[in-house]
Amino acid sequence: MTQPATQLTATEAMIAELQMPDTGWSKAARADALGRLRAMGLPERRDEYWKYTRPDTLIAPVAPKAAVFDNDEKPLFDDVDRLKIVFVDGVFDADASDDLTGEGLTIERLATATSDLHWARDFYGTLETNGQTPVARPLAALNTAFATDGVLIHVTGVVSKPVSLIYRHLSESSDAILHHCIKMDAGSELTVLENGPAAARFNKVMEVDVADNATFHHVRTQGRDHERRAATHIFARLGAESLFKSFTLTVNGVLTRNECVIELTGDDASAHVAGACVGDGVFHHDDTVFVTHDAVNCESRQVFKKVLRNGAVGVFQGKILVKAGAQKTDGYQISQSLLLDDDSQFLAKPELEIYADDVACSHGSTSGAIDEDALFYLRARGITKAEATNLLTLSFLAEAVEEIASEEMRDEINSRVAAWLERHRS
Amino acid sequence: MLSIKNLNVKLEEEDKIILKGVDLEVEAGKVHAIMGPNGSGKSTLSYVLSGKGGYEVTGGSAELEGKDLLEMEPEDRAAAGLFLAFQYPVEIPGVGNMTFLRTAVNAQRKSRGEEEMSAAEFLKVVRAKAKDLKIDADMLKRPVNMGFSGGEKKRNEILQMAMLEPKMCILDETDSGLDVDAMKLVADGVNALRSEGRAFLVITHYQRLLDHIKPDVVHIMADGRIVKTGGPELALEVENNGYADILAEVA
Ligand SMILES: Nc1ncnc2c1ncn2[C@@H]1O[C@H](COP(=O)(O)OP(=O)(O)OP(=O)(O)O)[C@@H](O)[C@H]1O
Ligand SMILES: [Mg+2]
Repeated sequence: MTQPATQLTATEAMIAELQMPDTGWSKAARADALGRLRAMGLPERRDEYWKYTRPDTLIAPVAPKAAVFDNDEKPLFDDVDRLKIVFVDGVFDADASDDLTGEGLTIERLATATSDLHWARDFYGTLETNGQTPVARPLAALNTAFATDGVLIHVTGVVSKPVSLIYRHLSESSDAILHHCIKMDAGSELTVLENGPAAARFNKVMEVDVADNATFHHVRTQGRDHERRAATHIFARLGAESLFKSFTLTVNGVLTRNECVIELTGDDASAHVAGACVGDGVFHHDDTVFVTHDAVNCESRQVFKKVLRNGAVGVFQGKILVKAGAQKTDGYQISQSLLLDDDSQFLAKPELEIYADDVACSHGSTSGAIDEDALFYLRARGITKAEATNLLTLSFLAEAVEEIASEEMRDEINSRVAAWLERHRS
Repeated sequence: MLSIKNLNVKLEEEDKIILKGVDLEVEAGKVHAIMGPNGSGKSTLSYVLSGKGGYEVTGGSAELEGKDLLEMEPEDRAAAGLFLAFQYPVEIPGVGNMTFLRTAVNAQRKSRGEEEMSAAEFLKVVRAKAKDLKIDADMLKRPVNMGFSGGEKKRNEILQMAMLEPKMCILDETDSGLDVDAMKLVADGVNALRSEGRAFLVITHYQRLLDHIKPDVVHIMADGRIVKTGGPELALEVENNGYADILAEVA
């Protein structure tokens, strides 16, 4: 298919700025990805899938600058016993990282795993490729082609210590592309934590294959930098009786597009993906989720909550696709926004597409202000308006935050939201 | 304690006048009851006193111990000692009842410059008071009023009152929806709080609550005014004859 001239130009202009790293085993996958990228072209404003979010700054050949934010808060997950892997503006920081060894897993880096027999050869880019239909995700193909680093984790057992990916942003013009591969063997368990703004512009792909009976937990926050931009993708495949749970907290950031593409391929699997975001002012946050049920008796939940004020914009595009034969599917999707003033905007496109007859799917989307009756009730008991608003805001986000399995992490996320609310009082 | 003079109130959004010159004095240590037909403005009076939005005061005044209530934010009125047990308590999903109670107690203490109650002390006190009102641990854990029965919601209001120890307690139809035993519990809760420095304004349709909580003064409200004031016998008269006679007499 030939692309219109302008799109070709934008795609080629970006490609011209990038260098394909030369890691032996990934060469073929990267060349494939480049071919895919050229065939689909980078996203354009008129693309249906980018109707609510302008891709311009994400596809600009040079990343727009983003001031480095001086975050004086205690680092997130500081009290969690975890294996730390640090990237500064997309560059691995060996001194700040722990040894990449642990019980029940092997960890290598994309940039240095050079063996030609590497397991990742047959893995890298595979789930991303699958995720390109029925909707194109060109920024993910670009990532597979040009990622400079990332982690390759092979999980063979039950891993108790979370793997914690820490992304620091220290250069105002950094443009980082990281690609992580997580291969979970049958019955294995892993928690992955991600936190930090990463770069002025961050393109990240995480491919996760959750084999039968395996359990994957993911808790992510995206830093506090106001000017940073991010386009991230999670591609997950779930085997029989496996569990996948992902939660993301986003505070600030001028532009974020988080895509999550999940395919339930084994019976009795369960996938939960949740997000809470809070934005004040120049803030555009887009959650785009695509869950495909292709097996019997699987459950999926999408829970997305957005707190917006001062012209902040929230976008939700969420789809549940139930393929023929995926009977007994239990699919749930909720996307809600709490608008703290009249200037903010929430755009939602919830979709269900069902080709099986014995399924229970529900979806809902709402947008509203703080409940005045609840606010008055709290104030009538002596709770100040600000504190009552905070309580009601936290309670609005609760359904999403409750998707985090660990109570300790839930509390930590709630305290971060509370701190944000303190800083952003009306 | 509570002094209301010629209070006139209309709806903010419409030209509907609801209170048409309410005069009421409630002295410390006393229990006053207000009865009156549906729609006469009893709840509106309680909302305006506690600071709910949507109403416009077009005349008159309301003071609590000499402080102008109408100028204060709702939370400041609460901290000054005003409490309203709602006719329709609000359900708040996602906010735990316990968290709510503790936040309220400590917010009021803080605003009065007092020290906050420690978590342990709070727990001890709340458990004891909840037990008196037969409110079980599960109800304390659940989100505020969520899934509570009508009677449970009313008992929860009284628990809040017991925890906050206000000076001026307004009870808006706290007896409606209560079974006989629950009514006794609520009345006991109220009576336990009766003291020299505290006053009650009990809005009710029924004599039965007043059997348990003996009022000193009974007022009849009709069409936005207090039309008659008397002793406890006035409540009995309403119970036996309805409002027709009283309204005819004042008309
Ligand atoms: N927010 C409002 N919007 C419209 N009408 C209102 C509002 N608040 C009060 N009213 C009207 O004002 C009048 C008084 O209502 P209020 O609730 O104070 O009566 P009440 O004496 O408490 O009645 P009840 O015994 O039924 O509880 C009613 O006609 C009611 O419909
Ligand atoms: Mg009423």
